[in-house]
Amino acid sequence: MSGPDGTSEKNIKTRDGILTAVAAALFAAALWWATKNLDGYKLRIINLIAINAILGLSLNLIYGMTGMFSLGHAGFMAIGAYVSALLILTPEQKTMMWILEPIAPWLLGLHTSFVVSLLAAGLIAAFFGWLVALPVLRLGGDYLGIATLGFSEIIRIFITNLTPITNGSLGLKGIPAHTDIWMSYGCLAVVLVCMVRLMKGNFGNVLRAVRDDEIAAQTMGIDTFRTRVLAFSLGCFGGGLGGALMGNLITTIDPKMFMITQTYNLLMIVVVGGLGSITGSIVGAVVVTTMLEWLRFVENPVSIGGIDIPGIPGMRMVIFSLLLIIVIIFRREGIMGMREFSWNWFFHERTPGKTVGGGPR
Amino acid sequence: MGINLSFDMFMQHLINAVGLGSLYGLIAIGYTMVYGILRLINFAHGDIFMLGAYFVFFATVRYKLPWVLGVLTAVAGATVCGLLVDRIAYRPLRNAPRISALISAIGVSFFIENLSVVVFSGMPRPVVQPPLLMKAFSIGGVRLVPLAILVPAISFAMVAGLLWLVYRTKPGLAMRSISHDIETTRLMGVSVDRIIALTFALGSALAAVAGIMWALRYPRVEPFMGIVPGFKAFIAAVFGGIGSIPGAMLGGLSLGFVEIMSIAFFPRLSGYRDAFAFILLILILLVKPTGLMGEKLEDKI
Repeated sequence: MSGPDGTSEKNIKTRDGILTAVAAALFAAALWWATKNLDGYKLRIINLIAINAILGLSLNLIYGMTGMFSLGHAGFMAIGAYVSALLILTPEQKTMMWILEPIAPWLLGLHTSFVVSLLAAGLIAAFFGWLVALPVLRLGGDYLGIATLGFSEIIRIFITNLTPITNGSLGLKGIPAHTDIWMSYGCLAVVLVCMVRLMKGNFGNVLRAVRDDEIAAQTMGIDTFRTRVLAFSLGCFGGGLGGALMGNLITTIDPKMFMITQTYNLLMIVVVGGLGSITGSIVGAVVVTTMLEWLRFVENPVSIGGIDIPGIPGMRMVIFSLLLIIVIIFRREGIMGMREFSWNWFFHERTPGKTVGGGPR
Repeated sequence: MGINLSFDMFMQHLINAVGLGSLYGLIAIGYTMVYGILRLINFAHGDIFMLGAYFVFFATVRYKLPWVLGVLTAVAGATVCGLLVDRIAYRPLRNAPRISALISAIGVSFFIENLSVVVFSGMPRPVVQPPLLMKAFSIGGVRLVPLAILVPAISFAMVAGLLWLVYRTKPGLAMRSISHDIETTRLMGVSVDRIIALTFALGSALAAVAGIMWALRYPRVEPFMGIVPGFKAFIAAVFGGIGSIPGAMLGGLSLGFVEIMSIAFFPRLSGYRDAFAFILLILILLVKPTGLMGEKLEDKI
């Protein structure tokens, strides 16, 4: 391109680059301020937002971007959490913890650093995702949802029963709390950059083509099955990574943590944010995570003007599930729809209806 | 471990399997009918089953109603709940993408479970079994309670009634017609929404009956008791061939048989009991996705 058009486009690119760098720096400064000034509870929620954003993004890659309705994310999170925990627990801790049955000998001496354990968590989850995908992705639509849900249950049942490896239903305790703000937001940044690159590039177009019209995509020479398997495995990598971070944040894990409820929460993040929107998943993670914490107030007793209203245990999840129904009935497209954040918002009119792929972030 | 079961032991397990299987079958019918008509997995179906069990618990234990009356109110209550679920969560999404209805179904199921925790409390409650149903007697070397006979007998009677309704009456004809082509059926002057509501009502009533019998067999109720039987029943429906009522019953019986027998023969695998159903599901989907008795369902493009 030449002339004023070309230069202005180049200018906008430079402008966006600078703005993104400034925003990232400001955000890092805000995080630094938070670590110095906020209490442990609030920091934990901030951490959880990043982890949920990673999980939401990875589920969105499978469901929103590629159109595979998977209900198995909790299972892949479980794999990630267990792999990471088993790799960073010390041999002394392991011998202490396995009470019911002795630990498998090969596992006892296995010990790595946290970052290696994160990578291993993601890779092994992705490997299982690939194994699951080969048979299951031949199914379409709702069957896929049920089959992935089945797999996530099978994973949980195996974790409960393979006591020499997983310590069974007792779970793992005393996992070192390696997940701090820098770790979780660092991972989020990496995942985010990868996702944006991926979706802006040709692979993003391929995914959208497979989602929107599989037959047309096939006619264009796309190997739709391979594409879906690849996207599914990548999403499972994110699930494993998120699970590992979660385990290291909470420091105890057990099979009950990874029930279907966990997948529902992630589904809520993706749906509320907007299916197929990267920005949406981030917004969804912030909204859903803070709302879940904020809703705890309904379970605590409050007194208004001298009248004591007793807290109702369990009410939090009632409201939460009601919100999921309301969102899907009245605002199916979520907060962002398929739109993405773009700096243009601050300079021109919003560009409505622009599909996935635009925007730095 | 080993295969040294006597004939009597085998018969004992077989009776157990038929009892469990017919309960799976009863629940599976609700899934299969709704899926056949709307192509929707009604995730809330397992929770209607749970509500049926709770209602009978409250009617007979808390309000001291006689059993027959208690059962009738429980079935009626669960049926109303099933109708409300359709009206509130599914009907507004009839023309939406199918995935939206599915998410709505998940939301409703989640909602009913959590509301039950709030209303009924999360604690499991014991159910009092009527002594008349539990008086043991033996045939040959097999010890039985009347309940073990009653469960399959009632289940099969209800399925027979349902089959008559679907294949021999006008509303049944309308149901079958909707499952083939909803728009043409509407043009023929059938009130589609009412027939769909009827489908939900029938399915919910059967689920409630199953829930009541389940609560008698495993005498306790708790808010999450519907999840696992619900999933297994859906698997039974897929196994038998989704859309087919005899298929659902056959699938339920097969699943009950596989579960009970595999544990009887390999007691060491009992921890993996809940995994069998899911493995069965994945196998059938790979080998014969239409199920044992199903016709090929076209994906609506």
